[in-house]
Amino acid sequence: MRVVNKPFNKIDGMSLVKGKPLYTDDLCPPSALVVKVLRSPHAFARIKRIDTSEAEKLPGVECIFTYQNIHRKPFTRAGQCHPELSPYDKFLLDEYVRHVGDDVAIVAAVDEKTALNALKLIKVEYEVLKPVLDFETAEENPVLVHPEDDIFAHLPVGFDPKHNVACRVNFALGEVEKVLEECEVVISRTYKTQPQAQAMMETQRAFSYLDPYGRLVVVASTQIPFHARRILANALDIPASQIRVIKPRIGGGFGAKQTVNAEFYPALVTLKTGKPAKIVYTRSEVFNATTTRHAMKFTVTIGAMRDGKIRAIDVKALSNTGAYGEHAETTLGAAGKKVLPLYNKVEAVRFSGTAVYTNMVPGGALRGFGVTQGTYALESAVNELAAELNMDPTLIRDINMIKKGETTPLINMTTKGAGPDPMYMDSCMLDYCVKRGKELIKWEEKYPKYQVSRTKVRGLGMAIAQQGSGLPNIDMAAATIKLNDDGFFNLLVGATDLGTGAETILAQIAAETLGVDLEQIVVYSSDTDATPFDTGAYASSTTYTTGNAVIEAAVKMKEEIIKTGALYFNTQPEKIIFDGKYIICSATDEKISLADFSKKITYNLLHTQLSTTGSFVPKKQAPPYMAGFAEVEVDLETGKVEVVEFVGIVDCGTPINPKLARIQAEGGIVTGIGLALYEEVRYASNGKLVTDNFMDYKIPTRRDIGKITVEFAPGYEDTGPYGAKSIGEVVVNTVAPAIMDAIYNACGVRIRELPATPEKIWRALNC
Amino acid sequence: MVVNLKINGRHYTLDVPPDEILLTTLRNLGFNSVRQGCDTSTCGVCTVHVDGKAVLSCTVLTCRLDGHEVTTLEGVEEAAETIGRFLVEEGVEQCGYCSPGLIMSILYLEKCVPQPTDEQILHYLNGNLCRCSGYEGQLRAIKKYLEVKYGAGSKQAI
Ligand code: FES
Ligand code: FES
Repeated sequence: MRVVNKPFNKIDGMSLVKGKPLYTDDLCPPSALVVKVLRSPHAFARIKRIDTSEAEKLPGVECIFTYQNIHRKPFTRAGQCHPELSPYDKFLLDEYVRHVGDDVAIVAAVDEKTALNALKLIKVEYEVLKPVLDFETAEENPVLVHPEDDIFAHLPVGFDPKHNVACRVNFALGEVEKVLEECEVVISRTYKTQPQAQAMMETQRAFSYLDPYGRLVVVASTQIPFHARRILANALDIPASQIRVIKPRIGGGFGAKQTVNAEFYPALVTLKTGKPAKIVYTRSEVFNATTTRHAMKFTVTIGAMRDGKIRAIDVKALSNTGAYGEHAETTLGAAGKKVLPLYNKVEAVRFSGTAVYTNMVPGGALRGFGVTQGTYALESAVNELAAELNMDPTLIRDINMIKKGETTPLINMTTKGAGPDPMYMDSCMLDYCVKRGKELIKWEEKYPKYQVSRTKVRGLGMAIAQQGSGLPNIDMAAATIKLNDDGFFNLLVGATDLGTGAETILAQIAAETLGVDLEQIVVYSSDTDATPFDTGAYASSTTYTTGNAVIEAAVKMKEEIIKTGALYFNTQPEKIIFDGKYIICSATDEKISLADFSKKITYNLLHTQLSTTGSFVPKKQAPPYMAGFAEVEVDLETGKVEVVEFVGIVDCGTPINPKLARIQAEGGIVTGIGLALYEEVRYASNGKLVTDNFMDYKIPTRRDIGKITVEFAPGYEDTGPYGAKSIGEVVVNTVAPAIMDAIYNACGVRIRELPATPEKIWRALNC
Repeated sequence: MVVNLKINGRHYTLDVPPDEILLTTLRNLGFNSVRQGCDTSTCGVCTVHVDGKAVLSCTVLTCRLDGHEVTTLEGVEEAAETIGRFLVEEGVEQCGYCSPGLIMSILYLEKCVPQPTDEQILHYLNGNLCRCSGYEGQLRAIKKYLEVKYGAGSKQAI
């Protein structure tokens, strides 16, 4: 391969490091009205009276929206395919506010100061209601987060707001109880994961204006421009044809921007006033008013034989979706569907999950998307089983985990549109990942622990994980390739580069397929008027799904060039060869360079525009896999844990760009370290966040991470573009369970509730 | 309030509200490399130099800068290009939102300790958060940059 599997620099890299004005706020016209949102100070309340008259009188205030002067129409902000699995349980503004930070009123003014002053002048009288703040008892709680009757779910997801239930996910294979009874060892453990914040450096923001045709243009820091167009159209009650969404460079997303959030407000203002309007969220707004990783609780029961063979797994899951059911079903489902197939040799498996409403910040998408939570629970339980059996955790994996060429009916059962034919995991390199990880971390030498001083012990732990590569038969991507009059190509994709280098690798794939140099591919992306459809940057789909669409478009383009070349040379297409540089007529040995050819067919002969489009939807599960190994040092006096090293061996098939893939892996592992040791969105007893800034909410700094070692397994996925699978999310999943087991091995403390703070460990050691 | 200050070598006389932070002033003037990442002076994304020292532009009031000299990434284009190239070679400019602040901190580190130990690098750059890259690659890039510039004889070993 010439271009693929090569460490090219990101095509937009130099502009980014030179600080060029490429992000949403840099592009906003200075005349834009500034939009601010009045937010609820209460976890749950009904607005009895709201008086905006004083605020409206303030010079410079352009317009104010409250639930009283806005249309009422339920919708979901979750960015997913239509019809969404998320319930339509949100209104632009509502009489009820359901969490601290929920929106009460929208103000637009000539500048920020005026807008902020206007917020202060709005008088709201609340009937403060008793909030639901404990998700473990939410289902039985007589207080209903959604008492209104006009909300609904499009699909049968078990939506039951009269019991605070947003959805249920249940699936089973075999007879769990019966097999468990036959097992020699059964362990049952409960694990909890905390809400985690996405914490991308650029907060949510958007600006809007009307184009020359009076259509609404929304420039937004989003992961999902096409879903955003549909969601905005539905919520604002205008035709989608009247909306254009553009995503410029964005300062990270990690799932936060897979939910439409800030976009509604300036859009409303522009529609009402005809003027450009913008909103930029403060960091505190991000914490209070957007989403977090769903907090989940799992009870995992595993039945095994003394020889280590796992025969049955039963998982009961409860997810806190907060005030709105955004991504509730999909994250909960993923916690089972993309976790349990790791152990494909079981005779019985069952997953029963419920996602409940509470008066807390809504759950949403965050890199790993439920799989992270589920993997922590299942992998911790498998590690506990190994300890119970006195068995090396890598051995219990070797006996039970899925290997190359294997499958489980569970995969078909949980894949939309899967037929009866088994889907074999032909590219699974887990076996290699575990073996190589053991070597790199020096497992045989160091496992389970060694003393470094009187008070410091180092322990080792490991875990395995998978994710998906796009969503089979659901998530679709398209790509258009256009030949220009100087022999270069436009590659138009709806795909959304969050900084991961998606555009670069898609250009690499196009260049490889067309046989041209990377420089000949000019990428334009994420503009709903100008690029073809793409579901967006989520579900680890861009490389695999959009990558395949790019190949299809490029193959078609080659065919077009050959067909047009045949017309040009007045011969049959079979006699034409296109080698990336020249169009060659094999009959006569005549040739013409691509640059001359494209000029000729544009200006002199044929007069034709070559343009092709490819579309792709995954048909098969092509999960990436990973084995993660942690070495930690526990300070027995303070309970503090330091990561000495984390080794991640990743099976993402062919890395299209090994350099960018490596950084994806390193970044994902650090997010996993944050989840394992530091990060937690915490609430006061009245439902107010106590961690709504980067002082109280700690993400890892460069001091907190230890050494990170990443290698790739030499895998190849037949259905992937040039053998590639995804990488963006799988890299987060092994970290927490591996670190928890390393802590246990170092000091005997099992942390079953993330994060493993020094306090928890100290208490377990001393109390 | 009227302030006279130098930004990237050019004189400015500005009339700013007394509570305006330097970050806002700079963005209003079109220095878009300066960005906001937090409300609590914790992220480092807004780092600029004031009189040659790395400073969080979100924590300085513009009206206090009368007679002072401010440098943003736009004012050190050549250095940005050079250091930036090392970051790009390593692939660590993911979303790139944190890159300008990081480069300003690297320049200050380099000025104070041209041949830093790992510990000194951490000390000077710890306040520059990055959620994308995982930091490891940044460290590789920074070490390579310093090594190429100041020679392999320096203390830092790769
Ligand atoms: S904006 Fe975060 S430190 Fe200045
Ligand atoms: S590259 Fe995105 S925050 Fe650093």
